[in-house]
Amino acid sequence: MVETSNLSYAYKNGTVMAFPNIGLSPGEHLLVIGPSGVGKTTLLYLMAGLLPPLKGTVAIDGTKLNALSRKALDRFRGEQIGLIFQQYHFIKSLNVSENLLLRQSFPLKGHDKKRGYELTERLGLAEHLDKKVTALSQGQQQRLGIALGLIHRPKIIFADEPTSNLDDENCAKVIDLLKEEAKICQSSLLIITHDQRVKSHFQNHILL
Amino acid sequence: MKLGYLAFKNMISKPLNLVLSLLLLSLSVSLVTFVLQLSQQLSGQLHKNIAPFDMVVGAKGSPLQLVLSSVLHVDFPTGNIKLKDAALLQKHPFVETAIPVSYGDNYKGFRILGTEVEYLNQYGAELSEGTLYKEAFEVIAGSKVAQQLDLQVGDRFISAHGFATADSQEHDEHPFIVKGILASTGTVVDQLLITTVESIWEAHEHDGNNDPDKDKGHKEVGGEHESEKEITALLVTFKSPLGMVQLPRFINENTPMQAALPGFEVQRLVGLLGSGAKTVNGIALAILLVSALSIFISLLKTIRERKQELALLRTYGLRTVQLLGLALMEGLFLAVLGFVSGWLLGRLGIWGISQYMQISYGYGLQIMAPERFEFFLFGLVIVLTIIATLLASRSIFKLNVAETLSDV
Repeated sequence: MVETSNLSYAYKNGTVMAFPNIGLSPGEHLLVIGPSGVGKTTLLYLMAGLLPPLKGTVAIDGTKLNALSRKALDRFRGEQIGLIFQQYHFIKSLNVSENLLLRQSFPLKGHDKKRGYELTERLGLAEHLDKKVTALSQGQQQRLGIALGLIHRPKIIFADEPTSNLDDENCAKVIDLLKEEAKICQSSLLIITHDQRVKSHFQNHILL
Repeated sequence: MKLGYLAFKNMISKPLNLVLSLLLLSLSVSLVTFVLQLSQQLSGQLHKNIAPFDMVVGAKGSPLQLVLSSVLHVDFPTGNIKLKDAALLQKHPFVETAIPVSYGDNYKGFRILGTEVEYLNQYGAELSEGTLYKEAFEVIAGSKVAQQLDLQVGDRFISAHGFATADSQEHDEHPFIVKGILASTGTVVDQLLITTVESIWEAHEHDGNNDPDKDKGHKEVGGEHESEKEITALLVTFKSPLGMVQLPRFINENTPMQAALPGFEVQRLVGLLGSGAKTVNGIALAILLVSALSIFISLLKTIRERKQELALLRTYGLRTVQLLGLALMEGLFLAVLGFVSGWLLGRLGIWGISQYMQISYGYGLQIMAPERFEFFLFGLVIVLTIIATLLASRSIFKLNVAETLSDV
């Protein structure tokens, strides 16, 4: 599902960072673990086609990202990739259900309301659909962030430090949720973290 | 979900910014359209009302006042002229028609004008019911007078001295009888009560002596002898353009009367109005630029504040041009809303001032459909908004998604 080969990235200050090759089969879960400052997030953005690599290639589901035009890359990302961020990002002028609807609307035309209901039901957001996103609690925001990464049934989910602000109990919950949802939508899951607690939940990990 | 919905939601999410930008825009648009409509309609009305006559002859005084009072029926007359002096002019070879007009009375604020039937022909006024007047104290009513006072053919009324209802004293002896009602002409005729010149003389013969403190506008028009009979003014059309050149000067230098050219006087008046309108237009244009600036600043601010949201939308698969479209839609919503509300405000102003003018001067204004210039103004507002939006949106092209969403 994800194949990187000889990826490297040049930072603005001139430092060049090289990354180990990563391979992930469809439906597989992978943990990329490493301390702060080794370029974990950079790797994630490289794989999502949001940063241009200095060298190397990224292929997702057989499609080489650097072979796509800008327009095609944007479309591909929108359809095939789900991103879950360390800090939550929402559209503040829209309410919860509108945020979810928006994620399904571009670049795909039309949306699947049923999918939205099921997902928010499972994530315990069903009764908050009409709320402003700023009115949600920390935990609810986190779950909405996860929902936004999943709702469009991406082939691959990239999650960046999804547990960094959580206590042990919630950390386990979120990991279970991610794994479960990835399984339900038959997506591959790639988590990037420095959180050692996550390690025990995954069989596959790569150390950066 | 459509991008337009998101743009709309974004726009109303900052109500304070929205209201400020809208207020500035609609203020400038309403000023421009209001002043334009006002000056256009006023000058249109003025020209329509003076069109039938080339020259007006009256008592010496201000020529503008003479035109205003005797042709446009708004100001007080400069005085009276002797009928025998006026009669000489009527026979002048350059003169086509010379219609005497006489004033002095009103009925509930509407002026009663003593004149010949030819006066009506000059304005193309036609009866909608009843007949023309033949005898003294028979009167025909302009369409607006009839409508507002609910006058019917056969009604009788008592006139009062002067031009305004408040300061007048009624003539007891001579009721006027309504003989006919005129169809609307869209000119001053609509707000006049028209009768024979003799009616005015006769109404004043009887109370001329016991009326020492006449109100300001009222001049005694009566006279026992034919030679002392007076009229207020003579409305003249020329046979040849030579009359325009020679007669006014001749009259002003050699007779106790004054000649004024309505076209010239009205042009002067419109010129005065025009410079006022230009000033207001200049101010409105300045406000328009400020409003474009305010749209620019508010968009610049919101784009900065929403940088993360824009980056998020890029991860959702939206292209840079779609983000630009989002900003443009927000700006254009604002522009259209501001323009439409400003336009409506301008028309509301016209309606308001029309009500006032109707009461004070008997002139009303019309609420016109959007005009060519207003479409042009709309285009200008749209173009300004697009420019402001594009300038404010430059950062969208430089948006670094990874850096904006995470510390990379």
